Amino acid sequence: MANLGIDVLFKGTNFLRLLQGLWVSVEISLVSVAISILLGLVVGVLMTLNKLWLKAILKIYLEIVRIMPQMVLLFIVYFGTTRVFGWDITAEAAAIFVFSFWGVAEMGDLVRGSIKSIPKIQFESAYALGMDKKQTYFYIILPQTIRRLIPLSINLITRMIKTTSLVMMIGIVEVLKVAQQIIEANRKASPNAAFGVFAVVFLLYFIVCWPISRLAVYLEKRWA
Amino acid sequence: MSELLKVTHLQKKFGDNVVLKDINLSVKKGEVVVIIGPSGCGKSTFLRCLNGLEEIQDGVIVVDGLPVEAGKREITKLRQKIGMVFQSYELFPHKTVLENIILAPMKVQKRSKDEAIKEALELLDKVGLVDKKDYYPRQLSGGQKQRVAIVRALLMHPDILLFDEVTAALDPEMVHEVLETMLSLAKSGSTMLIVTHEMSFARAIADRIIFLDKGEIVEESSDAKSFFIKPTTERAKKFLKTFDYE
Amino acid sequence: MDIDILKSYIPLYKDALFLTMKIGWQGILLSLVLGLAGAAILHFRIPVLKAITGIYIEIFRNTPLLVQLFFIYFALPKVGIRITAETCGVLGLGLLGGAYMIETIRSGLESIPVIQTESALSLGMTKEQTFIHVILPQAISMSVPGLLANVIFLLKETSVFSTISLMDLMFTAKDLIGMYAKTIECLFLLVVFYLIMLLPVSILGSIVERRMRYGQFGD
Repeated sequence: MANLGIDVLFKGTNFLRLLQGLWVSVEISLVSVAISILLGLVVGVLMTLNKLWLKAILKIYLEIVRIMPQMVLLFIVYFGTTRVFGWDITAEAAAIFVFSFWGVAEMGDLVRGSIKSIPKIQFESAYALGMDKKQTYFYIILPQTIRRLIPLSINLITRMIKTTSLVMMIGIVEVLKVAQQIIEANRKASPNAAFGVFAVVFLLYFIVCWPISRLAVYLEKRWA
Repeated sequence: MSELLKVTHLQKKFGDNVVLKDINLSVKKGEVVVIIGPSGCGKSTFLRCLNGLEEIQDGVIVVDGLPVEAGKREITKLRQKIGMVFQSYELFPHKTVLENIILAPMKVQKRSKDEAIKEALELLDKVGLVDKKDYYPRQLSGGQKQRVAIVRALLMHPDILLFDEVTAALDPEMVHEVLETMLSLAKSGSTMLIVTHEMSFARAIADRIIFLDKGEIVEESSDAKSFFIKPTTERAKKFLKTFDYE
Repeated sequence: MDIDILKSYIPLYKDALFLTMKIGWQGILLSLVLGLAGAAILHFRIPVLKAITGIYIEIFRNTPLLVQLFFIYFALPKVGIRITAETCGVLGLGLLGGAYMIETIRSGLESIPVIQTESALSLGMTKEQTFIHVILPQAISMSVPGLLANVIFLLKETSVFSTISLMDLMFTAKDLIGMYAKTIECLFLLVVFYLIMLLPVSILGSIVERRMRYGQFGD
C-alpha cells in the first residue's frame, strides 16, 4: 500500500482536509440546486404561457445554457465581470451564480416538459369548473407534475455535484485542489501518492453521487 | 391427403397457470382450420406455441415430418415452415413495403435479391398493392398493411400459415379486403390455421372448426355449416349465443 | 475591444479549436462504439459482460470527467500505465460518453415493441438477424435526438481538457489572459469559438428532433 500512496492520506489531517474539500463542492451544489428548483418552477411555468416575447427570451436563455460549457460561463462571470464592471465577486459567488444560471434552465425545461405532458383536457376541465389560470396551475397542474419532477430534480443534484469539480479552475480549494496539494507536499516522501489520492477522490465522488442517482432511479420506477 | 401438422399432448403453462392442456390436433395439406372461442381461451397462445414464440411444457409438434418436443431448441426451425400473420400487422416501420417483404427471403433463405423482388411483385400484384411497393408502412391503411404482412409471410413459402385475429384491429370497411385475400389463398390450396372472431367468415372459409374453451378443445367439427347452426356441446352453444342479439 | 488584438489571437484559437474538435470527435466515436457494444450486451443479457457493463455505467455516470481524467493522466502512470495527454482526452471522453450512449441506445431498444421481434422471428430470422436488421435500425432512429444531446454534452465536456495540459480553447483563453490580461477579447473569442463548434450540432439537433422520430419514415 505504501508505494501506492494510500498511506499519505492517514498522515496528519490529510483525509479530513479531503473531506472538507468535498464538502465545499457539495455545499455549492446544494445552494445552487435549491435556487435552481425554486426559480426553475417559475421559469418552467413561464415557458408554458403563450406570450411570444417571453417565449423568445427564454428560448435564447435556454439555448445559451445548452451550448456554452459551464466552464466558459464560469470564466466569463469570474474574470469578465471584474474586468468590465469592476465587481469584486468571490469565486464561490461566481460558482453559485453560474451553476444556478445553468440549473434554472435545466429545471425550467423539465418543468415545462412535465406540464406539457399533462393532457389539455385537464386544463379545460379546470376552466370549466370556473377556476382561473392561477388556481388551475396551483391546484390541478402543478401537483400532477411534482411526482414526475422529484426524481428528475434529484438527478439534477448529482449532475450539479459532478459539475462543481470545475470550480478548482477559478481557484476554489475543493477536493481535487486539496488532493493536488497533498500530493505536492508529499512528493519526496511518497512519490506515488498521486495514485492513492486520486483513486480516493474518484471513490469519494462515487460514494456521494451513486446513492443519490440510485434514489432517483428508484423513485422514477415507483412513480412511473 | 398427407398430414402436414400434428400436435400431440401439447401443454402450455404461464407459471402455475395452465393455459393449454393436452391439445391434440392434426392438419392435412390444403386444409383450412378455424379456431374460435371466447377471449382468453388460449387460441392465440396456441398459435404462438406452434411458431415457437411461446415455450411449451409438454407435448410434441410435428411439421412436415420434423418433430419438436417440449423444451427442445429446434422449435425455431419450425418457423421456416410456418408463416404467421399478426393482429397488429407488425410491418417493419423503417423499411418500405418491398423491403419488408424481401428481407427474410434474402437473409434467412439466402435467395437472390432479383428473384425475391420478382416474386414479391407478383404476389403484391395479386393483392392489388404493386403500386405501393415503395411506400412506407405508415403511408398505408390498416387493410393494406395487413395484406402486405400476408404477402411477406407467403414469400417464405411456408407449409402452413397461421393467422392470429388478423382483422381484429381493422376498421370495419377494411376487414373485407383482408378476408378476400385469405379466401383466395384458401382456394389456391394453402394450408391455414386461423384464429378469428368473424363468425360468418369462419363459416365460409373453414374445412374444419375447432372450438377452444378454457385451454382445451371442446368441440371439433368438419362441417362448419352445421356447427354454427347446431353445435353439440353446451359450451359451444353458449359461446355462439353471445353473437346473437335477440 | 481591440480589433487588432482579436486578429492576432484568432490563429491561436483556431489551432485550439482544431485540437479540441480532433480529440472531441475521436472521443465521441469511441463513445458510440462503446455505446453500441454495451447496449447489445444488455439487450442479449450476456452473462458476466452484462454485470461488467452495469458497473461501468454506474462508475462513469457518477463521477466527474475532470476526476476521471486526473485519475487516468496522473494516477495510472504510477502503476506503469503511461499515455499521452491526447490519448487520455480521447479515452476519458470516450469512456464517459460510452456510459451515456449505452443508456440512450438501450432505451431506444426498449421502446421497440416485443412483437416486432416476434414478427421477425416468425419469418425465420435468427436473434442476431432480428437485432441487426429489424430492432437496431428502429432503435437508433428513435435514439437520434438523445444521441445528439449526448454529442453536445460531450463536446461541452471537452472544456476540462486544459487541466491535463491539452492546448484546447479553454487552455488558450486562460493562457492568453494570464500573459496579456486582455480579458474581454479572450473571453469574447472563447465564446465565438465554442459557438462555431457547438451551434451547428445544436441546430442539427433541433431539426432532427422534429423530423427523424419513430414512424416518420416515408415523409
